[in-house]
Amino acid sequence: MASDIQDVLNEQSQNLTSMNMDLGDEDKGSQFLSFDVGGEEFAVNILSVQEIRGWENPTFLPNSPIYIKGVLNLRGTIVPVMDLRNRFNFKKANYLDTTVIIILKVSHADKERLMGCVVDGVSDVFNMEESEISDVPDYGSGVDSRFTAGVMTVGEHAVTLLELTNLLSLDLIKHTYTGVSNG
Amino acid sequence: MEIDLSQFHEVFFEESFEGLDVMEQELLNLEEDTDLENVNTIFRAAHSIKGGSATFNFSQVAEFTHVMETLLDEMRDGKRAITREIIDLLLKSVDCLRGMLNKLQDGEEVSNDYVELVDYFNQLLSSDSSGSKQQDSGESNAADLGSSEPKSAISGWSISFAPENYILQTGNEPIRMFKELAGLGGLKVEADLSKVPSFSELDPELCFISWQLELDTSEDEQPVKEVFEWVEDDCKLSIKAIGSDPSSDVLEQDEKLSESVVEEVKEEVNTSDTTKTDTSTEKKLVPIRTEQSKQTSVKKAAATASIRVGIDKVDTLIDLVGELVITQSMLGELGENFDMSKVEQLISGLRELEANTRELQESVMRIRMLPIGFVFNRLPRMVRDLSAQLGKKIDLKIVGEETELDKTVMEQIGDPLTHLVRNALDHGVESVEDRIAAGKPEIGVLTLNAFHQGGNIIIEIKDDGKGIDPEIIYAKAVEKGMIEDGIDIPHEQIIGMIMEPGFSTAAVVSDVSGRGVGMDVVKRNINNLGGSVDIASVLGEGTTFTIRLPLTLAILDGQLVRSADQIYVIPLASIVESIPLSGIQVTRIAGDMPVYKNEGEYIPIVDLRREFDIQLEKQSTNEGLIAIVEGENRKIAIKIDELLGQQQVVIKSLESHYKSIQGVSGATILGDGRVSLILDIVGLSKRSSERMSRDREQVA
Repeated sequence: MASDIQDVLNEQSQNLTSMNMDLGDEDKGSQFLSFDVGGEEFAVNILSVQEIRGWENPTFLPNSPIYIKGVLNLRGTIVPVMDLRNRFNFKKANYLDTTVIIILKVSHADKERLMGCVVDGVSDVFNMEESEISDVPDYGSGVDSRFTAGVMTVGEHAVTLLELTNLLSLDLIKHTYTGVSNG
Repeated sequence: MEIDLSQFHEVFFEESFEGLDVMEQELLNLEEDTDLENVNTIFRAAHSIKGGSATFNFSQVAEFTHVMETLLDEMRDGKRAITREIIDLLLKSVDCLRGMLNKLQDGEEVSNDYVELVDYFNQLLSSDSSGSKQQDSGESNAADLGSSEPKSAISGWSISFAPENYILQTGNEPIRMFKELAGLGGLKVEADLSKVPSFSELDPELCFISWQLELDTSEDEQPVKEVFEWVEDDCKLSIKAIGSDPSSDVLEQDEKLSESVVEEVKEEVNTSDTTKTDTSTEKKLVPIRTEQSKQTSVKKAAATASIRVGIDKVDTLIDLVGELVITQSMLGELGENFDMSKVEQLISGLRELEANTRELQESVMRIRMLPIGFVFNRLPRMVRDLSAQLGKKIDLKIVGEETELDKTVMEQIGDPLTHLVRNALDHGVESVEDRIAAGKPEIGVLTLNAFHQGGNIIIEIKDDGKGIDPEIIYAKAVEKGMIEDGIDIPHEQIIGMIMEPGFSTAAVVSDVSGRGVGMDVVKRNINNLGGSVDIASVLGEGTTFTIRLPLTLAILDGQLVRSADQIYVIPLASIVESIPLSGIQVTRIAGDMPVYKNEGEYIPIVDLRREFDIQLEKQSTNEGLIAIVEGENRKIAIKIDELLGQQQVVIKSLESHYKSIQGVSGATILGDGRVSLILDIVGLSKRSSERMSRDREQVA
């Protein structure tokens, strides 16, 4: 897994300036992948990252909320794509060369589900102990508090850890005209 | 040279099972139409099984098929009338053979169940052949000496066998034939080497030897002759009976005796007839036993399952591979002397390569698609046996057997389907008396129907029987403590309760159904496949079970259409016609609802851009066309911008990673790798009408 990620990150490195490539040196805690969404840093546990793809325009899904960009073809599997910038209510959502889709997976009821998440760019892979993760201050932030699991300090930055089960939960996606087709 | 025959076992088993299927089907056909060609087909199938099993040393199978074949041969020669009893016997033998082969395939010992059937065959054969000998004693073997002798007088056969010298080139090996003869009794072989040339002139590929054989057996001529069946045309053969040296006057007495023997045998036939009816009650157990072994074998066979593919699908694959090779060589040439002026060419070449590869992938997937007829075909036999057992008259109608579905889905739908059909026969269709009393035709009709609808495969099992009485179900559910008495539940929901675990309304538990396991298993199996079962029942008129299965891998004939910058797939079967917008009159009725008037009916127009909220700078114009589509007897006109090509698309589920969207039955991947959504006409028209009424409410 680590080497896969390293490969992907190598591809990305030309676009990124602050890349810290000391994978595998430390083996304490869990590994996290951090990325940039609207100028802020967010992170997910690296084990829930399936792969990272460059931005491509997905196929539009009818009547979808603005943060669902559509579906794309992941080697024959139809995977929905969510734009995290829209999801987190950031104003700007530009599609640049650094814009990537991180394919995340969650297990729900013994079934693995995939979802692509659009972010402004991948930043770093780092290790962190559970004890180093602190709670997000409960203060009506812009990002729905159900989507955040904690805050970590990496170097000088504060990185928000995402709660994927909620973030990718289909129940929380407001899609008109769903669930009742085919009787 | 030693050849390891076991490597061919799988092929043998597969072919044999196929042969058995053919036999079964033809036997069922035989009941309706005694065509000699059918008998020939059955005979051929039996013969290849016999040949194969002898080659692989499955002697019991060979022995068994041998007696079957003898009977079939008589049928083929018109010596034996084709009766229902014989068909019954042969069908039972097919089951028995299937069981034996299953055991052999699993490397188990074959049980001796078949011996009973063999005895029965022999009884039938010996009794009747002496009878027929009386009728046409001058038949077939009149030229041969002693063939009119009573069988008991034969002590063996003297055979002279002089093969043509090319016999070995035809793949026949005399030693094997002699071995088989030796299996019939004591064999003495003398070789005549007189024609063998000197060593220098000897061609090792030719056979110069002829043989004189003496077979010590009580078998009649048929089995002996059969050994030489394959070489009959390639040799000089004479088979003479060796009498047990009865002097000719004794023989005459014998002949008189034999008449009385015939009388006795005839009596035996009669008694065996009565015992037959006795045993038939015993033999009711037999089909059930084989049923079970069939089920286990399905599971075991899955490990080494193979698939039969239509030649057209293979041809498509070959074409695609051809394309791929052309593209590859084009690219290769381009790469040899590449400069920047050829970039465009390279890009288009790569695009082609991608498209080809993808199409190839899809074609490979398509190989897994099989017509549902494979499952349906095993039902007529079951219906026949069951209706006989239950004393009901049932006509089975099968519709839509060419509907394709994925092999894995099909493998799992077989058992639930079988169970539903059994159930319909047992509980649904009434007995003949009841039907007459209810004023219905004597023969019940059971209809199986399969078709594609809105991204699903629908299988209907419909009987015209007595229907399900909701009140009985209700009472039963109360009795079982599943619901409380007095609660008002809609009828459909009550009927649906027969699919709950532990529910059985049959007063008597029969072999067929009524054990209360089954319907819930049916429901669970179908749910596991992501499908659903609906029951519709009208008391006194019949019940319809509707199985709805998703087409996770199914193929659809699609029409690609463009709306704004999106490409959608409309199921080709649902399209009635398409008309350019410029050529029609769009009227607005009942409060701004655009409709198209076509021969007296008003068809509502659904604009995909508006319906799907497709955001685009350009607003919808009056260009483009409408496609009139029909689903569940309701027509709508879909406004689109352009009709693109038609193609078969592989349906992929949106739900595996997302939600289902009303109006969309799934997605597919187009030749360029992009995802395209497949429209569900029924859902689309439903939601469109709902939206309109909601808009109206908002205004109000």
